[in-house]
Amino acid sequence: MIQTLIKNEPVIAEKKASYPKKKNNKIILEIKNLKKNYKDVCAVKNISLTVTQGEFISIIGPSGSGKTTLIRCVNRLIDATEGEIIFDHKNLLHLNNKELRQARAKIGMIFQHYNLVYRLSVIENVLHGRLGYKSSLRGLFGVYSDAEKEKAVEIIDMLGLNEMIYKRCDQLSGGQKQRVGIARALIQDPKIILCDEPISSLDPSSAKIIMDYLVRVQHDLGITIIVNLHQVDVAMKYADRILGIREGEIVFDGSPSELSKEKINEIYGTETGELILD
Amino acid sequence: MMNAKQEYIRRTKKNKIITNPLTPAKLGIFSIFSFLILLTIIGFFTINSKGMVINKAIFEALEGFKNMFFRPKSTRFDLAEGMILVLQTLALAFITTLVGSGFALILGLLAAKNITNEKLSNAIKMIISFIRAIPTVLWVLIFAIGAGLGAVAAVVGMSFHTIGYLVKAYSESFEEIDGGVIEALRASGANWIQIIFQAILPSSATYLLSWTFFRFEINFAVAVAMGAAAGAGGIGFHLFNAAGFYHDIREIGVIVYLVLAVALIMELIAIRLKSIYHIHE
Amino acid sequence: MTEKPAKKNLITPKKFFKKNKMQLTIFFISLILITWLTGAFTRFKAEDMVRALPKVGAWISKNILPVKQEKTILNGIEKTITVLDQKAIGKIPKILRELLETVLMSIMASTTAAFLSFIFALMGSRTTRLNSFMAVITRIISSISRNIPVAAWAIIFLFSFGQNSFSGFLALFFYSFGFQSRVFMETIDEASASSVEALRAAGASYPQVIAHAVLPSSAPQILSWILFMIETNIRSATLVGILTASGIGNIFDIYYKSRQYPTAFLVILSIAVIVILIEFISNSLRRVIL
Ligand SMILES: Nc1ncnc2c1ncn2[C@@H]1O[C@H](COP(=O)(O)OP(=O)(O)O)[C@@H](O)[C@H]1O
Ligand SMILES: [Mg+2]
Repeated sequence: MIQTLIKNEPVIAEKKASYPKKKNNKIILEIKNLKKNYKDVCAVKNISLTVTQGEFISIIGPSGSGKTTLIRCVNRLIDATEGEIIFDHKNLLHLNNKELRQARAKIGMIFQHYNLVYRLSVIENVLHGRLGYKSSLRGLFGVYSDAEKEKAVEIIDMLGLNEMIYKRCDQLSGGQKQRVGIARALIQDPKIILCDEPISSLDPSSAKIIMDYLVRVQHDLGITIIVNLHQVDVAMKYADRILGIREGEIVFDGSPSELSKEKINEIYGTETGELILD
Repeated sequence: MMNAKQEYIRRTKKNKIITNPLTPAKLGIFSIFSFLILLTIIGFFTINSKGMVINKAIFEALEGFKNMFFRPKSTRFDLAEGMILVLQTLALAFITTLVGSGFALILGLLAAKNITNEKLSNAIKMIISFIRAIPTVLWVLIFAIGAGLGAVAAVVGMSFHTIGYLVKAYSESFEEIDGGVIEALRASGANWIQIIFQAILPSSATYLLSWTFFRFEINFAVAVAMGAAAGAGGIGFHLFNAAGFYHDIREIGVIVYLVLAVALIMELIAIRLKSIYHIHE
Repeated sequence: MTEKPAKKNLITPKKFFKKNKMQLTIFFISLILITWLTGAFTRFKAEDMVRALPKVGAWISKNILPVKQEKTILNGIEKTITVLDQKAIGKIPKILRELLETVLMSIMASTTAAFLSFIFALMGSRTTRLNSFMAVITRIISSISRNIPVAAWAIIFLFSFGQNSFSGFLALFFYSFGFQSRVFMETIDEASASSVEALRAAGASYPQVIAHAVLPSSAPQILSWILFMIETNIRSATLVGILTASGIGNIFDIYYKSRQYPTAFLVILSIAVIVILIEFISNSLRRVIL
């Protein structure tokens, strides 16, 4: 699978429409009546959502609207108060420790602040993505198989980090760090990748590179992508489907073309939408 | 197999990819840890434990802990007197901190590179690190020869280490001040004194205060110790007597609780200060 | 101590004076009041201190150096010359032996305590704790352990373990344990939190998270704290030694009480040299590992 990705020329987001869309209605993730209360704040109110395989979903909304909470409930970094999360035919909220690890291994995650072990090399960080597949003891001593190492090298190569492979991650630029984050998620061989504001700490050109890689991952590997963004223009350009969230509720769910200026204003409160759309 | 894209990848002789190359930092951490563990093992074999029967000692220690923590009782002073003794120790710590911070402020200004010059700064810092290297108890005992045991010897002796600690903290706080502020004042013709009072002290005041409070916290423990080891009075002296003369573990219990209470309150204040000013000790 | 405070909220002079003039006045008035009160309370008088200082200074310069005056006949003329005090100099090997024991004891206390502290730090840290009940318990235990002054620990152990180095070791151990637990906890929360989250999200188990995220990211800082603890312990060991009659503190006490001041001064000098040396070594090591 990775081989095909390397051989392909970069997919440019604008050309995306010209690719024939694989119509595949296999449901990969289903969220039903999800609720999350922090002590006195209700961050997510009764959200239901169905995600089919291969979708590129962008979640937009003002800060504090519950985007992070929603996305972290999916892989249970945050435990939901109520509701169901069905991934791969299993309700994640009812799993024991071992089953949860197995489920998480199939869900990649990319963070705003990269969340790497900065004192370790690029390849060590990438290989961390394999830990979810290992028995506790094997993983403890960092015993990775030759196949896993070769795969790590391939993915690093694909993300253009070849020269950096043995560099410590604290010596990389922000864009390079995020590419390590993507590599770590990819080596998990995930069905879905969750991204929480992956480009918010990056300059525009690095941000574009990262978004382009995410599109390639979706397009060539068929991996579902759910990405929190607070740049509406970026969401419109890259996503197949946009979810607008306001005060913990979905107020918009549709394709970018359906997202009118009025809708944006509705998501963001009043006139703030104009600031973001140029 | 080895195509151009693989030129950066290191492999073992068996053509396996190396994933965790040895770096100086890793090697350093590993060897320092090993060395410390080795020294620790050597230490356990050579430690002087004369007159100690380990089983008996552990049993007695547990018994002692039980009496100390769960059956505290003082016969030589009541609770009010005990509190006064703790306050006396706290007062000793306070005066020491005050005296020490006064001297440290002047020396700290002189030792800051951005205020005076590199040479003076280095000279002061060297002397200060020597002063800091001598334990407080020795300072107190040295002064006790000349001034006699008591509050004066304790305060002077304790001030030395306090000065050593605070000059370092203060001068580093001064050195972190944004150079632009000082430049701007200099350009507008302000003199040395004005610069200090208009720019340097105000912009580092919160840091100076926090560091001073941290030292106050340390000085309380030091003052307890000086009461015990150098006869400087306060609760520490009673601690020493309870152990040395009366062998009264239950009275030690009362004293430990009193000291612990004050120390815990100060730690809570220090934690709040740290979270307000984002300071790491 | 080792880390510098981060400058985050710089206050401009103008703002400071406008806002804080009132606070400043109150602050200084209460400071003066407390000083006056505490002075009365401890019978500490500033003039006593001022009077004592020169006296002590003069005494030190006369009595403390390991030299003495001797009359000799040089080229037929009687002269007084200064020679080394052989009695004091002869004690140097003994002093160095005791010093070595004290250094070893400080290293032992910091290192052994570090293992226990690390476990407590894992249990107590927000990032790696297993449950909040255990976290509270570990935090309370470590807090008690560091807030009982090391002198009190020494006296407590003197009681059951007798006058020997082992009591001293235990005193240093308990204080080190409490202090290190706290700083390790902070280190883990600061250095590892984000990568721990990422590894958890990828399905890593608890031991794997510790081995691959916590250890690599916080080991250098933890080691740096252990080195700092060793420095502190050598200074405390003098005090503990005086109380438990062991190590370098004990021989200082012996010479001090028997008024062999030049020898006692050599002990002080040796402590100062070893502390500075260890500070220098740990600073150079920090440069490699951090
Ligand atoms: N750990 C927490 N404790 C209490 N409240 C929280 C916590 N995390 C988030 N919140 C609150 O939940 C709401 C949603 O936050 P979040 O999911 O981070 O929004 P977004 O990612 O869209 O900015 C906010 O009101 C926030 O203040
Ligand atoms: Mg967020």
